[in-house]
Amino acid sequence: MTSNPLLDATGVAKNYGAVAALRNASLSVLPGEVHALMGANGAGKSTLVKILTGAIPANAGRILIRGEARDIRSPAAGRRAGLLPVYQEPSLIPDLDVLSNLRLTGTPVEPFRAWVRELGIPDLDIRDTARDIPLAVLRVLDLARALAVEPDVLLLDEMTAALPANLAEKVLEVVRRQGDSGRAVIFISHRFVEISALCDRATVLRDGETVGVVDIVPGVEEKIVELMLGTRIVKTHVAARSAAQKAAPAPARPRLAVRNLRVGTKLNDVSFDLADGEVAGVVALEGQGQDELFAALAGSIRPSGGAIEVDGQPAKFSHPIDAIRAGLAYVPGDRAEALAMQRSVRENIALPFSAALRNWGPIAMRQERAKVVSAIARLQIDTRAQGEVQRLSGGNQQKVTIARWIAADTRTLLCFDPTRGIDVGTKQEIYKLLREVAGHGKSVLFYTSELEEVQRVCDRVIVIFGGRVVDIFAVEEADEPALMRAAYGLPRGAKADIGILADPHSSSAESASSSDSNTPGATP
Amino acid sequence: MSTTAISPQPVPFGRRVKRFMADRPLIPLIILLVILVVILQVLRPGIVNERWIANTIKFAIPLAILAGCQTMTMLTGGIDLSIGTVATMSAFIMATQIVNQDPAVAFALAMMPAVLIGLVNGIGVGVFRVHPLIMTLGTSLIGTGCLQVYQRTVIASGARIPDFLAWLGTGLTYGIPNALLLFVPLAALIVFTLSRTGFGRLLYAVGDNERATRLSGVQYWQVITALYVISSVLAGITGLLYIGLIKAPSLSLAEPLVLPSVAAAVIGGTSIFGGRGGYTGTIIGALILTVLTTLLTILQMPEGARRILFGLIVLFVTAAYLRIVEER
Repeated sequence: MTSNPLLDATGVAKNYGAVAALRNASLSVLPGEVHALMGANGAGKSTLVKILTGAIPANAGRILIRGEARDIRSPAAGRRAGLLPVYQEPSLIPDLDVLSNLRLTGTPVEPFRAWVRELGIPDLDIRDTARDIPLAVLRVLDLARALAVEPDVLLLDEMTAALPANLAEKVLEVVRRQGDSGRAVIFISHRFVEISALCDRATVLRDGETVGVVDIVPGVEEKIVELMLGTRIVKTHVAARSAAQKAAPAPARPRLAVRNLRVGTKLNDVSFDLADGEVAGVVALEGQGQDELFAALAGSIRPSGGAIEVDGQPAKFSHPIDAIRAGLAYVPGDRAEALAMQRSVRENIALPFSAALRNWGPIAMRQERAKVVSAIARLQIDTRAQGEVQRLSGGNQQKVTIARWIAADTRTLLCFDPTRGIDVGTKQEIYKLLREVAGHGKSVLFYTSELEEVQRVCDRVIVIFGGRVVDIFAVEEADEPALMRAAYGLPRGAKADIGILADPHSSSAESASSSDSNTPGATP
Repeated sequence: MSTTAISPQPVPFGRRVKRFMADRPLIPLIILLVILVVILQVLRPGIVNERWIANTIKFAIPLAILAGCQTMTMLTGGIDLSIGTVATMSAFIMATQIVNQDPAVAFALAMMPAVLIGLVNGIGVGVFRVHPLIMTLGTSLIGTGCLQVYQRTVIASGARIPDFLAWLGTGLTYGIPNALLLFVPLAALIVFTLSRTGFGRLLYAVGDNERATRLSGVQYWQVITALYVISSVLAGITGLLYIGLIKAPSLSLAEPLVLPSVAAAVIGGTSIFGGRGGYTGTIIGALILTVLTTLLTILQMPEGARRILFGLIVLFVTAAYLRIVEER
């Protein structure tokens, strides 16, 4: 702790229009340490990494490298300053062979080869075209390419995410040794097991601010969860739902039954039920397989195993139309994915009506108008600029994506983060609408990246980590700390006892032993 | 953006005109058409009479129908370059088969390649995702080749233009071109299809955001296959009309109309990137191009200079029109 930091960033801020992605982030990395960067979804981790490596400029803040102020304006400048990132997506150009890719960045070949062998790939032919190399190996090559230029600070973003166990082990070993040789590594991961095995300290971000720097000692998970959640640590009680909001009595047969569903390597063995009249929440960190789950249920991709049953009947979806016929409609979080932006509100809402071949004929305009108008009224869409959807505000656009399926009277809505990036008022309206929909005996599967939404909307919460369902909570138990712990794959044992979170010292021994004993999904 | 619509303060005249035109994109096109006709009248006093108007309409109609094919395919972000070949094929087959066959059989034979090429285009673009430009260019070349082979087999029997097609293509009733009997219902059908049917809605939606239509349950290949078949059939019908007008079957009869048909659709305000446009604008675009051709013909310039001028005017008109209509 006595030596000067290799990298010292303070007061870093970044705004996108009116939205502050980073407000006051700081990060200080000492020579020879492996430093974890942590934070919930949207806390600003990736923005900070992009600023440090020169991919985007900051609006404010000071970055010192070895004590000197540096203004890193481009990834090339970042390289020269000794900062090198390895991102989640492979960065080799697919149509070039490995050697040409190395030349492109001026990477020395022999050290690269040595590192590749070191990382557990003995038989790489550097004349192979990058496109033909499996994803896991590509990620290792990215790492080797970064290591070969001996950077002072290496930034690893979810490095082990796509790796099989043997490669992941080698990678972690190499990262560990990197620290021993006086250089530093910034390690971004959602896996507590890796972080506790590898890292010396962790910087925790929340809402664009650095809220704490902690030493990694046994039991520190609780402290980190607490930091990520901030002051909202007190157990929140579910507001009693009025009779109208209460879920309709569940019938014996589930509306939707998912059994052992698998999608590639991203989703393993997921099973749950969804009943009529229920809003079931799905909570997961980014990239834990929730995208694949929703895509499979929506008919966008085919699962590689398992079964989906609708009303007790097995269902095979090969196109979204199959899912829609079964009464499952997908509302994506990204509005640009769901809307024809140059068309009117009316046409966008009526789009599913014309989808089937038999509805290609003349449109019954009056009927359509009635349905559209009632859906617009129900969602209170501001129709002043209804000529083109792209002129609506984000919240109103999001309402249009939902209104479409309200107008179509769909039985089950699959809402994927429908409140992302919209104002508070509209969020409230969407919560209310989803409760109403459930009150009418329909069902909703609701993925959200904002944990506080769970208590407002859901009856039950399904938590996914590493492609598996790690826990299912009744809403009464699903307070934010419990959800956050589960989302990070920590065991449920201590979830009822909020005292642990309030006072980490008394619980360190217990939670250390529990996190050492196998955390679900932690082994890749 | 949405706030500009409700701001109460007075807007400058220029902006008001601009907004007026942006809301009614047909107005500037009609103004341009009138200006061109006036220029023509000034250059050659007396040329604009009943006969000239009927003649202009007769020549504009085949272009307008082919431009309708382009409008519909361009709405989905595509293009159909095979329409020239399809029109030529149907015209040529009609003219040669009518010599020995019953008119109904000749008609069926003439439309066969149209349906076939449309189907191949649709499956290529919709199922195998070949780029429409390449797909339709390819089928167009294949069609031309087939036509050349076919020509050898009928070289002995000769060709004849059926009376009915000559009547439809060139005839006048009370000074009104008979071709309008075909064109008016056809144009009405296209306009109705685009604005009031499920299929028309899907063309716009698919061109605007294909992913969104997929999530709404639209099966892309169905829409695209139907679209290219319809486009091809329209082109086949145009070929029959055109042979009645030109009265000289050749192996490149309608080829020179292909690129003007794209230009007519673009001038008429249809975006080549999809999702935006309509058929009424295209019709006026076809009229503008036809009047422009007459205008350049009477200027008695050398052919090269005329083409240069034609190209420049098309570019200028399109750019100016987009500036007027787009509010960005």
